[in-house]
Amino acid sequence: MVEFIQLLINGILLGSILALGAIGATMIFGVLRFAHFAHGDLMAVGAYFALAVVTIFNLPVLVALPVAMVLTAALAVGIDQVVYRRIRRVQPVILLISSFATALILRSLIQMIWGSSNQVYATGIQMPWRLGPFVLKPDHLLIFAAATGLVVLVHVFLTRSRMGKAMRAMSDNMNLALITGIPANRVIMWTWAIGGALAAAAGVFLGMDTRLHPVMGWTLLLPIFAATILGGIGRPYGAILGGLVIGCAMELSTLVIPGSYKPAVAFAIMVVTLIFRPQGIIKGAA
Amino acid sequence: MEIAGLIAYAIFLLNLVGIYAIMVLGLNMQWGMTGQFNIGVAGFFAVGAYTTAILTTEPAANWLGGFELPFLLGLVGAVVVCWPIAWVVGRITAGLRTDYLAIATIGIAEIIRLFFLNEGWLSNGTRGIPGIDKPFGVGNLGYLLIVLGFVALTYTLVEIARRSPWGRVLRAIRDNEAATAASGKNVAQFRLQAFVVGACIMALGGGLYAHFVGFISPEAFRPLYGTFLVWVMLIAGGSGNNKGAVLGALVVWLIWSSTEMLAGLVPTALIGSESAFRVFLIGVLLQIILVSRPQGLLPETRPPMPGEGKR
Repeated sequence: MVEFIQLLINGILLGSILALGAIGATMIFGVLRFAHFAHGDLMAVGAYFALAVVTIFNLPVLVALPVAMVLTAALAVGIDQVVYRRIRRVQPVILLISSFATALILRSLIQMIWGSSNQVYATGIQMPWRLGPFVLKPDHLLIFAAATGLVVLVHVFLTRSRMGKAMRAMSDNMNLALITGIPANRVIMWTWAIGGALAAAAGVFLGMDTRLHPVMGWTLLLPIFAATILGGIGRPYGAILGGLVIGCAMELSTLVIPGSYKPAVAFAIMVVTLIFRPQGIIKGAA
Repeated sequence: MEIAGLIAYAIFLLNLVGIYAIMVLGLNMQWGMTGQFNIGVAGFFAVGAYTTAILTTEPAANWLGGFELPFLLGLVGAVVVCWPIAWVVGRITAGLRTDYLAIATIGIAEIIRLFFLNEGWLSNGTRGIPGIDKPFGVGNLGYLLIVLGFVALTYTLVEIARRSPWGRVLRAIRDNEAATAASGKNVAQFRLQAFVVGACIMALGGGLYAHFVGFISPEAFRPLYGTFLVWVMLIAGGSGNNKGAVLGALVVWLIWSSTEMLAGLVPTALIGSESAFRVFLIGVLLQIILVSRPQGLLPETRPPMPGEGKR
């Protein structure tokens, strides 16, 4: 039982990181209709941007977080303007392959600039809190609080601001949204900016929880897609739910199968969802 | 000496071009002809390579092996083992739209790789399977002839398939699924057939690969080498066109190897890691192709209809 709850705590932590990535991926999927394969590597780039701020200016990682978010948002918008915008009209599949190439470019750039060995934001051992039989690191609480804060911000943005409403409208019904005169190009840019910023946050949190590595984002990409699909494509709230479910399932699976199969659990949930309920838990865009 | 070294390198290169060409032809069956977005090429590649390796190597204590079957039976085994796996994968993903199919197939390919990575009794885990000999005691040159023979055979078969009524139905499904179904074709059945045939061709490529490099480990079946390069080759060569598929394999592999020389010219201090720089270059190249010439070097041409005279 103790082990179960401990794994559940780890699962919620992993789940909130996945959820942040999945919100961006699902919005890009909803508005632009393609699976963005570079999303995981965008996360990694965000994490390394924060590392640069931490090492160059000697600042704590929470101060570096907003800087990394802004830089990654700018990068995401830039990639869209330089590459994706030109091929948006050709075929969604070309976009998909192109995002695969973007993923490789980003990852190799990280390797070229920062090297391929593991890195950490802060060296030294952080003393964990012991609450009875449970172990909780202060970082975990911080990550969870920050992730919750960001999700609330996204919620307010999507429900209260004009741009957020336009974004949801485009995700729901593209043609109807365009007829009503929604500025499609600006909505797309905002989608990339928010997706990039959230990806950066997810990357930084992942780096705080474990360590930084060039493939850290790629390994989380498929769990993020799994969360996206499970939650329903184009549904930010579904993505949060999907992220938590996938995160907990991955951690809890170690009770019954070897830990090295953890990623496979996420894929299996995803494949089962695709077969039995392709619209996701919360009915998504078809 | 210089010339001899160059020739030896060219033979080595062409072997890999031929092996990749076979896999590109398999992918062309799935994507170019039927429009199935399979980015799990590495999974079938791995199944073929491991099956061949296990069937043809000498007995070993650490992993399943020691059947010591002859070369050709090993390749047949690769195809036979891949068949049911591809059938199941094709069956469960049959109803999925393009982008869902993409995500599902890459997930399945990763599960296959994790399986070979973790099931040490079968595949010796990360240490991989060594000692897969080339058949009939041939060297690289002799093996090149064998590979080219298989390329020619595969090319002929897929070209016959492309011109056949069967190939016409596949293209019809790709271009307009509803109309094909309306004219009484069992779309799901044809799709599944194309998927399985394509996957088995990839497994054949995997088997030939295992014999050529002589050693396989899960590292070789990461999405980059197993899937991405194959896709770049098909897109660059021209999807839907079998000649384009082979040409794409040649051109992209030449570029991929020349990036090695290019990376050698640039000072390491500037680029950090040579392999990362190569991946970077190939990624940029693909973006340029996609933006400027999405139809590839050799665009698809329609085969003549039966009874249609040569003009």
